[in-house]
Amino acid sequence: MRLPGPLPDGGSGFGAMGDPFDLSAPSFSALLRRQVPDAFAGTFSGGGPAAPDHVEGTTIVALAYGDGVVIAGDRRATSGNVISKRDMRKVFEADRWSAVGISGAAGPAMEMAKIFATELEHYEKVEGAPLSLEGKANKLAQMVRVNLPLAMQGLVVVPLFAGYDPRDRVARIYEFDAAGGRYEERRFASTGSGGRDARGSLKARYRPDLDRAAAADTVIEALWDAADEDSATGGPDLVRGIYPLVAVIDADGYTELDDQAVAERVQAVIDGRRGR
Amino acid sequence: MPMMPYVSPEQAMKDKADYARKGISRGKSVVAVAYDGGVLFVGENPSTTLRKISEIYDRIAFAAVGKYNEFEQLRVAGIRLADAKGYQYAREDVTGRALANAYAAALGGAFTESFKPFEVELLVAEIAGDGVELYHILYDGSIGDEEGFVAIGGSAEAINERLKEAFRPGMSRDQALQSARQALVGAEDRQIGAERLEVAGLDRNRGRRKFFRMTPAAVASALAPAEDEASARADR
Repeated sequence: MRLPGPLPDGGSGFGAMGDPFDLSAPSFSALLRRQVPDAFAGTFSGGGPAAPDHVEGTTIVALAYGDGVVIAGDRRATSGNVISKRDMRKVFEADRWSAVGISGAAGPAMEMAKIFATELEHYEKVEGAPLSLEGKANKLAQMVRVNLPLAMQGLVVVPLFAGYDPRDRVARIYEFDAAGGRYEERRFASTGSGGRDARGSLKARYRPDLDRAAAADTVIEALWDAADEDSATGGPDLVRGIYPLVAVIDADGYTELDDQAVAERVQAVIDGRRGR
Repeated sequence: MPMMPYVSPEQAMKDKADYARKGISRGKSVVAVAYDGGVLFVGENPSTTLRKISEIYDRIAFAAVGKYNEFEQLRVAGIRLADAKGYQYAREDVTGRALANAYAAALGGAFTESFKPFEVELLVAEIAGDGVELYHILYDGSIGDEEGFVAIGGSAEAINERLKEAFRPGMSRDQALQSARQALVGAEDRQIGAERLEVAGLDRNRGRRKFFRMTPAAVASALAPAEDEASARADR
């Protein structure tokens, strides 16, 4: 077993202690690239034909309200016109104060969420303090950008990032594009194949004075609207009891609504829509 | 070519060990005490930002004494090893034993090969099932596992003697903190205020990440009953 990093001498020219001004020192993905290049997804860059179309159709929505932010995603994964998974998790806790929702190619997207969460924890442990919310969003943007060669071959990953900054006591949402562009949204955002329909729904129902419960209802409605129009977005599965995953991040940190609570709200949405 | 004076290997190793021990004994000591919920680290540390006790991974914590820049480097290397391993395999595959062995190898290698040995002493603790594993690694790479409690640093011997008397298996966290403080105070033979203590540990009842740090206020209130008792005894 060998300790990774510059011990006892990584050949940095700084002797036994390594380069103290190494910019990538607290970065986990930089560590992976250096130490375990085979494990790092973002380095694949072969040519050849476009990868098979195992793209996961998705809708992820996020909405900021007075005290925090809700982020939610449907549970369907598709491969062409086949539903390949019905209980997929697309919203992940990134750390105590933030969550990432993923859309795009399932494999690279879940890998990105996993590396991102490790990245935040790694930074926090090495530096003794968590990254700022903007710092987290920038890091995620870099990871999307690193994925660009894969994206060019069809394995696009587009995350949606939502978090609460306990220092400023504000919630923020960040959208991304496939090339690593990062765009902050003040009120709400959506991504994935059903993102457009969800956005219309959010736009119609958003009010600046929403509370936590109303914000959760609004994102559940938006997911319903997306599932109604987009075949690659799954609606609530009442037969199997599979419901959208709804997470709230506020001053108490990240919490997921339990299935029972979501089921009740979904039922309310269904009742309100009967006959429409 | 200049002539190097002959130094026997025994003498060279002894000189290095003396040098390392001297460096370590200049700093303050840290103790680890197992309690009913996990393990508690207590160290005297006037700084509130330059830490001696740190989280490594979900169930693993690290404490060190000696030269700060050296153990800081080892701490970061340990976090890197743990995170990279947990990413490649699974989170439960990251163990304190593997980490302690890596530290022992790194320190042992530096001790024999380099001109100057590390002036550090390390503790690695892991919550494993119902118990606690404690590994003690010295500047020359020697490693041992300890049962229940252990002190590292210049006054380790005196503190360990006191802890041997005070330690009871299944103590509460506050009791563990009180006996750790008493052992530190007794060995140093001077008062150590709550605000000068760095207290952190692993609590098996927490979520995935078992590491916690006690604020100075929490440390003061946990120590308060013991202090009342001491002052009552003094009044009598």
